[in-house]
Amino acid sequence: MPMDEVALDHHDAHDHKPGFFKRWLFSTNHKDIGTLYLIFALIAGIVGYTLSGLIRWELAEPGIGVLTQFVSGEGDVAIQNAKHFYNTVITYHGLIMIFFMVMPALIGGFGNWFVPLMIGAPDMAFPRMNNISFWLTAAAFVLACISMMVPGGSAGNGFAGGWVLYPPLSSTTGHPGPAMDVLILSLHTAGIASILGAINFIVTILNMRAPGMTLHKMPLFAWGVLVTAVLLLLSLPVLAAALTMLLTDRNFGSQFFNPAGGGDPIMFQHLFWFFGHPEVYIMILPAFGIISHIVSTFSKKPIFGYLGMAYAMVSIGVIGFVVWAHHMYTVGMNVDLKAYFVAATMVIAVPTGIKIFSWIATMWGGSIEFKVPMLWAIGFIFLFTVGGVTGVVLANAGIDHALHDTYYVVAHFHYVLSLGAVFGLFAGWYYWFEKMFGIKYNGFIGGLHFWLMFVGSNVLFFPQHFLGLQGMPRRYIDYADGFATWHHISSIGYAITLVATLVFFVGLVEALVRRRKGVANPWGEGATTLEWTLSSPPPFHQYNELPHVTAKGGH
Amino acid sequence: MRHLLAAMCAAILAGPALAFEPTDGALGMQPAATRIAERIHQFHGFVLVIITIITIFVLALLLWVIFRHNKKANPQPRKFSHNTLVEVVWTVVPALILVAIASQSFPNLYYQDVVPNLEQITSKSKQLQADGKTGAYERYTKNYFPEAAEKGFVNIKAQGNQWNWTYTYPDIVDDAGYPLEFVSNPLQVGLSTDSKEGVRNLSVDYPMVIPVGRYIRYYTAAADVIHSWTVPAFGVKTDAVPGRLNEGWFLVDQPGVYYGQCSELCGVNHAYMPIEVRVVSEEEYARWAELMLAGDYDAAAASVRQVASTEQATKFAAKQ
Repeated sequence: MPMDEVALDHHDAHDHKPGFFKRWLFSTNHKDIGTLYLIFALIAGIVGYTLSGLIRWELAEPGIGVLTQFVSGEGDVAIQNAKHFYNTVITYHGLIMIFFMVMPALIGGFGNWFVPLMIGAPDMAFPRMNNISFWLTAAAFVLACISMMVPGGSAGNGFAGGWVLYPPLSSTTGHPGPAMDVLILSLHTAGIASILGAINFIVTILNMRAPGMTLHKMPLFAWGVLVTAVLLLLSLPVLAAALTMLLTDRNFGSQFFNPAGGGDPIMFQHLFWFFGHPEVYIMILPAFGIISHIVSTFSKKPIFGYLGMAYAMVSIGVIGFVVWAHHMYTVGMNVDLKAYFVAATMVIAVPTGIKIFSWIATMWGGSIEFKVPMLWAIGFIFLFTVGGVTGVVLANAGIDHALHDTYYVVAHFHYVLSLGAVFGLFAGWYYWFEKMFGIKYNGFIGGLHFWLMFVGSNVLFFPQHFLGLQGMPRRYIDYADGFATWHHISSIGYAITLVATLVFFVGLVEALVRRRKGVANPWGEGATTLEWTLSSPPPFHQYNELPHVTAKGGH
Repeated sequence: MRHLLAAMCAAILAGPALAFEPTDGALGMQPAATRIAERIHQFHGFVLVIITIITIFVLALLLWVIFRHNKKANPQPRKFSHNTLVEVVWTVVPALILVAIASQSFPNLYYQDVVPNLEQITSKSKQLQADGKTGAYERYTKNYFPEAAEKGFVNIKAQGNQWNWTYTYPDIVDDAGYPLEFVSNPLQVGLSTDSKEGVRNLSVDYPMVIPVGRYIRYYTAAADVIHSWTVPAFGVKTDAVPGRLNEGWFLVDQPGVYYGQCSELCGVNHAYMPIEVRVVSEEEYARWAELMLAGDYDAAAASVRQVASTEQATKFAAKQ
């Protein structure tokens, strides 16, 4: 809504900030906790991204010749250790990127920062619980890193069974050592943190919206976080149950997943994916919200089909709970069951299509300015479309029988997550950078970052479709010679993204050093949500007097 | 008729031998060697056209707004935010496209996933011939194979172990009634002690051998952790799960060597438990079985080794 329709009272003069330790260790301020989450996600992202670098470096050429440098032993001993190390690397790459990079950044970082600002709330509903959520997430990350360094089994340190943790590879059969137990503790901790965070967001959004801001006037980012929080609240307990059963199987002689004791390893997969599939929407829905705001801001037009956009996210969330077994087409399910999951999965394409077309319709007739956030948003829309359509391919069990567990799947989910969620993340980063930190980023460096990342990640992931179609299986340290060319090109793509990442950090340092003073609203008339009515950075406590939302449709 | 066609196609394509292993730099799938894979290729081709059109359409729309609705070309933004007609269109049209995909998806899925009833195939094909419905018979025999059906299934169990496959042939029994069972080890495991023979990372010491033109019913099981048995050229992939016996079927109509690789992460040597299937004539199959039962595995493996040199296009691949 236009600024003049919002009543403001900043009390800037009384903006007392606590001392360093009290402010950053015991923080109960949503903006400070959001900043902590973003810094945390940056650190975890560097770790996860380094691990993916090891993967691409090793796969650049056939044979095993890179990871041997990072493990003990000589000759064949080193090679044998490298095989285990490789499986460890892919496992922790996935887990860290999902649980400690994308989720903390999008939900913990941007969610904490901008949900209260956008809905006109002074803070989150439970500020101390917010602090617990963050530090539990940090503790979980430390546990995950420890898990990588304690014995997994006879083969070496760390758990090496993939982020999906399927037993019996994750039970004492496959990994008798403590690494898996520590990892379970880590994921339990991260899960508790996320559930607490989800409760906090739900309560905040349902109870603390500014007077006049009905749910149907609420900004779409808040909608995305609300749906995400509900998904977290419903899906994480199921993961926790599966992990607990795995833990008792490993340590206390229960037989949930052990066929010799009457259990079933496939049951774990059902429980895991009942969490795991909503989890992929958990990672993308907040990004959907961010993209909507950016597209609207830089087109200088209101969001097209606001209600459709909001309910598309709701329906994606609902349907996301009834499609989980499309990750399991090859486990030996009944054919009728597969047919159901094919149908249910394809239905998700409809609300996703509505979102894509609505974003384009928002731009249609607009007066688009190609500022850095808009570049990332447009890149997101196109690349998410590419990832989405290969999802439709994989939804068909008949084709998935050929492509399951191949690089086609790897390409698909990196297009929706690495080029989807992560592009959404960078879009949000540049969109709100000045708002959060009160300084301006360098537009040229931001643009360079985008173009290098756009080219690099496409060179990295597009050839993986070809590898998958030819039958290249996932999670292989070495491959048949017939896969060499595309693997090599894929690794070149990684090198380009590495340059892009360096540019990103150069841009960050440049902005921190130059400290060009930011303004309240750098984007002009298109930026209509409440956070732009505040100073940059916003006062330590905002909305001491609540804004009144009187405009029709406050999105 | 089928065989005539197959012979013609084979003659046309006899020049370069088609390999049923990954081809460097290839863009698509490995050549199909079964009707299952052929139908997957056709269906995938169909979906690929649709998704390519959709992607290009979205890209075109994006380029259009980028060039026509930017700040320079359109300084004054319009303010509309609703248009019921286009919203209905972009909901209904994708739904219709999905229905079109599903209409091909389900028959495809049921064809490959349901092990065929051979007696039904025999009786139905006889009925069609007796009724003189040649068109219907031709269509039916594209997907079902009466000659093979009359001979019954060849049953094979593939058991995944860390890190090799154990193949059991319940139809081939020795004098004491025990079935033929042998372990198929990889020739390469990435170490300096690796054999230099075979196709690197794909070849095994004792391959799975099956007769050409027969219905194969395979079962998968696992001894330790989950593995997955797959051959891309056959279009089949079935997890081998401890405590379960999964099943599937396929029929290969041309001799050849076909490779696959374990497709469920199973530990340290996951990348080194390949699947090698040699498809040979019934006579060679019988001879191989005899040698295997006698315990002379090397002679048995040697007896099917030359099949590599007779590699040629199957009729399924030839129709691509």
